[in-house]
Amino acid sequence: MSVDETTVRRVAKLARIKVEDHEVPKLKGELDAILAFVEELKELDVDGVEPMTSVAPMRLRLREDMVNDGEDAEKVLMNAPAREGDFYVVPKVVE
Amino acid sequence: MSDLLDFTFAEARKKLAAKDFSAVELTGAYLSAMEAGRALNAYVLETPEIALARAADSDARIGRGEAGALEGLPLGVKDLFCTEGVRTTACSNILGEFVPPYESFVTAKMRRAGAVMLGKLNNDEFAMGSSNETSRFGASVNPWRRAGSDAKLTSGGSSGGSSAAVAGALCLGATATDTGGSIRQPAAFTGTVGIKPTYGRCSRWGIVAYASSLDQAGPIARDVRDAAILLGAMAGHDPRDSTSADREVPDFEAAVGRSVKGLKIGLPKEYRVDGMPSEIEALWEQGAAWLRAAGAEVVEVSLPHTRYALPAYYIVAPAEASSNLARYDGVRYGARVPGRDITELYENTRAAGFGPEVRRRIMIGAYVLSAGYYDAYYVRAQKVRSLIKRDFETAFANGVDAILTPATPSAAFGLGDKADASPVEMYLNDVFTVTVNMAGLPGLAVPAGKSADGLPLALQLIGRPFDEETLFATASVIEDAAGGGFRPERWW
Repeated sequence: MSVDETTVRRVAKLARIKVEDHEVPKLKGELDAILAFVEELKELDVDGVEPMTSVAPMRLRLREDMVNDGEDAEKVLMNAPAREGDFYVVPKVVE
Repeated sequence: MSDLLDFTFAEARKKLAAKDFSAVELTGAYLSAMEAGRALNAYVLETPEIALARAADSDARIGRGEAGALEGLPLGVKDLFCTEGVRTTACSNILGEFVPPYESFVTAKMRRAGAVMLGKLNNDEFAMGSSNETSRFGASVNPWRRAGSDAKLTSGGSSGGSSAAVAGALCLGATATDTGGSIRQPAAFTGTVGIKPTYGRCSRWGIVAYASSLDQAGPIARDVRDAAILLGAMAGHDPRDSTSADREVPDFEAAVGRSVKGLKIGLPKEYRVDGMPSEIEALWEQGAAWLRAAGAEVVEVSLPHTRYALPAYYIVAPAEASSNLARYDGVRYGARVPGRDITELYENTRAAGFGPEVRRRIMIGAYVLSAGYYDAYYVRAQKVRSLIKRDFETAFANGVDAILTPATPSAAFGLGDKADASPVEMYLNDVFTVTVNMAGLPGLAVPAGKSADGLPLALQLIGRPFDEETLFATASVIEDAAGGGFRPERWW
């Protein structure tokens, strides 16, 4: 299996990573190498095998449905690259 | 004061209790060593003021007879663990100068037990790498060198700062994490002891996530006993990590030195891979012979899906990474690169913030999870994972108590040696360790011999779920038989 350059651009878009035109051929080569490496899995018969969903048999436990954290905007915002009052600042998203 | 650096923690603990020296003196010796050891690039942030203040608190507690399990232990913390008020970056540019307002469960627990943090340790960016070369701070350097050579070698990865600092006596113990071998391979490359416990043994809360179904914290330490002491203080149930195991933490240290008489040790025949260096083969034989001499029964076992573990890992781990790392958006924390609109802000920030290896893995993850490929890649890999786990379950059901394998396919390689190779070549480093993460089992690396050019080589022990004790018992037999000599000669 190998990817074409359109796929590389599509995946980069999905991953929200900007890729310059000149980087595409190199990325294609690297993704192809990794996909060739995992190709080996195709030879295995996995019919009837359950996909693993949890590595250890455990049941997720529920906690009390009550507020036990929060109400600390200062802590939440202390690492924000840009803020205004108790809000994060981003470029305008609504026209 | 340099002789203070020679004690293991178990020895220092006695001297601290007897007031032969104070925690402040011990910490002072390590702070000097840390400063003198900057050539190893093991620390990415030094916190001497914090260390001295906590050491003084330790002395006060020792004076009151209230010493905790790690009281006065000079500890290095992998930069993947969030530390309250202390910069945490996962060695990625995208986290910028992030200062967590909270402390990871594991490091909080160690601190309560009296550990003294010296600083934050280097690692591969987001723990993605096997040589520490993907770190934004540059590679850590192995304190070991080949006989007659001054070429710089890797201290392994991703926990390369942890292994370099412990081997170089720049700390007495270190935290580390292991997703595909990131504790065991660095420990193997540096003559130290590292254990990845059973999945769920340590809480992942407050540890920067890479691949959540595989990530586990564990210690890198100077010997088996210290590793047992450290793990005992790191492990325990945490309601904030829904996969954290709600079960008693045994007295791991009590297992060190326990007899292995009558234990059944399996040697998986699939681990005899093509092109395995003869010295690795010989080391493995030697380890088996030592365990036989100690009264264990050594049998051949089969783990038929071993060769599929690494390819399956390179689907599962990037898939989880692409999802986990979606949070780095330049909005809430970390570095930001502006853009005309919000999407461009994301794309610019993530292009500038992630290094090439992280970018590759995120893109592979996005690809295998995307519409039309999900079943062919991701679901198939998770099925293969079930088969890998079943292999181990079969071996254990047949009465095997632990499995002995080489830890790595070679000794430490040179920094830059794999710079021009395909990314896949670096991945092959984890061929012996990755199955353990895929199956959620405990795995331990213990130094067992040296290569022809004088570098440490290690064996790996794999155990039943939540049976780290058998690993400590068995590893201490190998450690005793190997007879020590795993301290590098100081050149830095």
